[in-house]
Amino acid sequence: MAKYNLNVNGKTRSVEVDASTPVLWVLRDHLQLTGTKYGCGIAMCGACTIHLNGTAVRSCQLPVSSVGKQEITTIEGLSEKANHPVQKAWIEHDVAQCGYCQSGQIMTAAALLRDNPNPSDEDIEATMSGNICRCGTYLRIKDAIKTASKK
Amino acid sequence: MKNTERYDRRSFLKSSALAGGGLMLSFSWFTKAEAATKLAAGISEKWYELTGYIKITPENVIKILCPNPEFGQNVMTSLPMIVAEELDVDWKNVVVEMGPHDNVKLGPQFTGGSNSVRMYWKPLRIAGASARQMLVEAAAQAWGVPAAEIHTKAGVLSHKNGKSAKYGEMAEKAATIAVPKEVKTKAVKDFSIISKSKKNAEGLKIVTGKPLFGIDYQVDGMLIAMVQHPPAFGMKLKSFDGSQALKMPGIKDVFSFKLYDEGFEQGGFDTRTFNEMIAVVGNSTWEVMNARKKLKAQWEPAGDIKDTITGRDGKREVTVPGRLETTAKQFEMMAEFAQKPARQLRKDGDPEAAFKNAAKIIERVYNAPFLAHNTMEPMNFFAHVQEDKALVAGPIQAPGWMEPTLAKILNMPADKIEIQMTRMGGGFGRRAYGQYVYEAARISQKVKAPVKLMYTREDDMTYGIYRPMYTATYRAALDARNNLIGFHVIGGGIPESPIHANRFPAGAIDNYLAEAWEIPTNITIGAFRAPRSNFNAAAEQSFLDEVAEAMGKDPIEFRLELLKRAKTNPVGKNNEYDADRYAGVLELVKEKSGWGKVENNKYSRGVAAYFCHNSYAAHVVDMVTRDGEPYVEKVTSAMDCGIVINPDAAANMVQGAVVDGIGNAFYGEMTFKDGVPAHNNLNTYRIIRHNEAPKKIDVHFVQNEIDPTGLGEPPFPPVFGAVANALYKNTGKRYYNQPFTAEQPTI
Repeated sequence: MAKYNLNVNGKTRSVEVDASTPVLWVLRDHLQLTGTKYGCGIAMCGACTIHLNGTAVRSCQLPVSSVGKQEITTIEGLSEKANHPVQKAWIEHDVAQCGYCQSGQIMTAAALLRDNPNPSDEDIEATMSGNICRCGTYLRIKDAIKTASKK
Repeated sequence: MKNTERYDRRSFLKSSALAGGGLMLSFSWFTKAEAATKLAAGISEKWYELTGYIKITPENVIKILCPNPEFGQNVMTSLPMIVAEELDVDWKNVVVEMGPHDNVKLGPQFTGGSNSVRMYWKPLRIAGASARQMLVEAAAQAWGVPAAEIHTKAGVLSHKNGKSAKYGEMAEKAATIAVPKEVKTKAVKDFSIISKSKKNAEGLKIVTGKPLFGIDYQVDGMLIAMVQHPPAFGMKLKSFDGSQALKMPGIKDVFSFKLYDEGFEQGGFDTRTFNEMIAVVGNSTWEVMNARKKLKAQWEPAGDIKDTITGRDGKREVTVPGRLETTAKQFEMMAEFAQKPARQLRKDGDPEAAFKNAAKIIERVYNAPFLAHNTMEPMNFFAHVQEDKALVAGPIQAPGWMEPTLAKILNMPADKIEIQMTRMGGGFGRRAYGQYVYEAARISQKVKAPVKLMYTREDDMTYGIYRPMYTATYRAALDARNNLIGFHVIGGGIPESPIHANRFPAGAIDNYLAEAWEIPTNITIGAFRAPRSNFNAAAEQSFLDEVAEAMGKDPIEFRLELLKRAKTNPVGKNNEYDADRYAGVLELVKEKSGWGKVENNKYSRGVAAYFCHNSYAAHVVDMVTRDGEPYVEKVTSAMDCGIVINPDAAANMVQGAVVDGIGNAFYGEMTFKDGVPAHNNLNTYRIIRHNEAPKKIDVHFVQNEIDPTGLGEPPFPPVFGAVANALYKNTGKRYYNQPFTAEQPTI
């Protein structure tokens, strides 16, 4: 067990956990930030996607000991008032069915648009293919990303 | 919480009236994007209850409870829309909340069989209209005018003498008025909420990551539990040493437990995959995961097991065979059983003679594997079992089916057990089976603490309630003039037959025979999005495509001819489908897809249609070759589910079913070696991804005023058939074996 001071959504949060603990479980079990989801634990589904210094990463494969002072952003911290263009586009296109994967989809999409404000269909497919949606909302995700890219 | 079977709206309205009128406290989050932000602040906690579904505050906040568990089919929006329509309120002012588990007040509360909208359509309309009438009556009494002279619009009561009041002002009085014996519901033409698209009631919470799902459930002092099940179907626990696991940091307890006691009579949805497992309980998920790896367990063959099952057909003993199954061997067994005499399900005319006299016989065999549900949220459940009461909470499709079993295994009266329904991260049938609920309850009872049971993806995939393995042989007899004179299907599976004997093309062919057989297994199976239909539609719709080709007919015209026969001069009895509505979706998909138009020749096109779960679906799949591989670029869908409650959300559901169908048709497969599932995570179990989904899915609904039926399942099965038929056009090869990425037989 060791103590870690993490920068999560702009605040310093202290946790005492084993060094190997993935950030996913630190967020969910220790910081009560359950918006980041567990899906596979092996970085194959993307449900656990967060931003580390603005880059999309799979938190299930990110040991807490490797984070240091890097900034963690979760779905809860993506915007103050649910007004990130991606969140707004998700509502506009009524994307979600069960909704479980959508935190991860939104975090991946937000990072994509930060790096590439006008992605092509191929860019969207290439980036988003790491995020599984078992309900099959892929078309609406793509439409929502295009809408968000115009804002 | 008794009487989950017989649903009598009178009884629930009456009892809710008795419960109504009192002060209701609510600590819940409001749950509708538009109204939530506006209304969450500054309202009182006085809720006046009108029927079991509606609560109104003096400030005119209108809350509608959703009775049925939500797993992505959007019932938390569509069901309250039905209430709001008849209540005559402005949808913007409505907040929505998942109801408590209370079958007396809120009906069957079961999500499955595409039944939610269908079974709640009338009760919810009556509930909304009754509450409206109670508010009218309250205003009539307050104003001293006849109720018939009071008009309602958008949550406001008014009278020609100038008096008017918001619903909230009359709610207290209305809650004391008896529920009317009879109410008038609106005419379809007067609907202002139903059939107008509304956004997902929980959309805002979803995009902001609010705790909605069972896996998000947390209370103070809660422990995390995981179970270790045997590594193979057909194995059981012999002995174990948990001492190393118990020494790991954060671990509270390690023990083995039995799911059911000796002689337990299983209900139809109890299922018993493994009866004895090892539980590891500790402070946090990661600690429990790591400690579980330190378990030293010995397993041994379970041998044949006798189970007592009490289902719809009464009490019966079943023997679950102990053999450790391997997929190649399962295929051999199915091929062998397909040759044996089978159970006759339906016979019209003289099929034997038709085949004897045929000029040409087409015979094809179709196979499909077990499928794992792989809901994105793995199985989990919260339980806090105390001496005299229990609370369980989490993702479950049919809480009412779990309750009697919980009462039995906890030895506690059902009314002391509270079941809370969380949003589900997918269901697809998997969460109709609640063994994980019982495991959580057993573990909480043992450790005397609130516990959340978690399955890892590996647990979820290797301890499944899979879609069964199926096979069917279809035969068509053609006479010398290429007329279809006989049809024969014999279908079986492990452990059930897929055949729906009274569905199309039964009723359209003079000489028809349907037969079935089964092979028992220890691999647990259950409902998977459109059970049985998800295989039949693939096989039958593929076969009809091949028969149409042999007859030199267009596949849509061929089906329409058969349906015309089924309508004008139906063969046999008990035909389950409406030939007109079936033809209707084919006509619509033909028109909307531009079937037969030259500009669509660039596509390899496949068509299929199917009827199941009371709705009708047809798809045209447009395939191209992309990077040397067949790829579904576009799909046109036509649906008939009667009145469409929430059109945009309904289109979303159909689009999702199309994507799911394409994915499972191409990739879905669970195999076994000596009882061990061959896949345990998403690195080898393939699920369709963004880049594999079509670029366009156009969804069209037949417009009619028929009472609504379901949509979660019906669009799914015919996707498989349409994909198979498009693959034939694209590759010149027929696809008989699912998944279509597997090797195909040469005919």
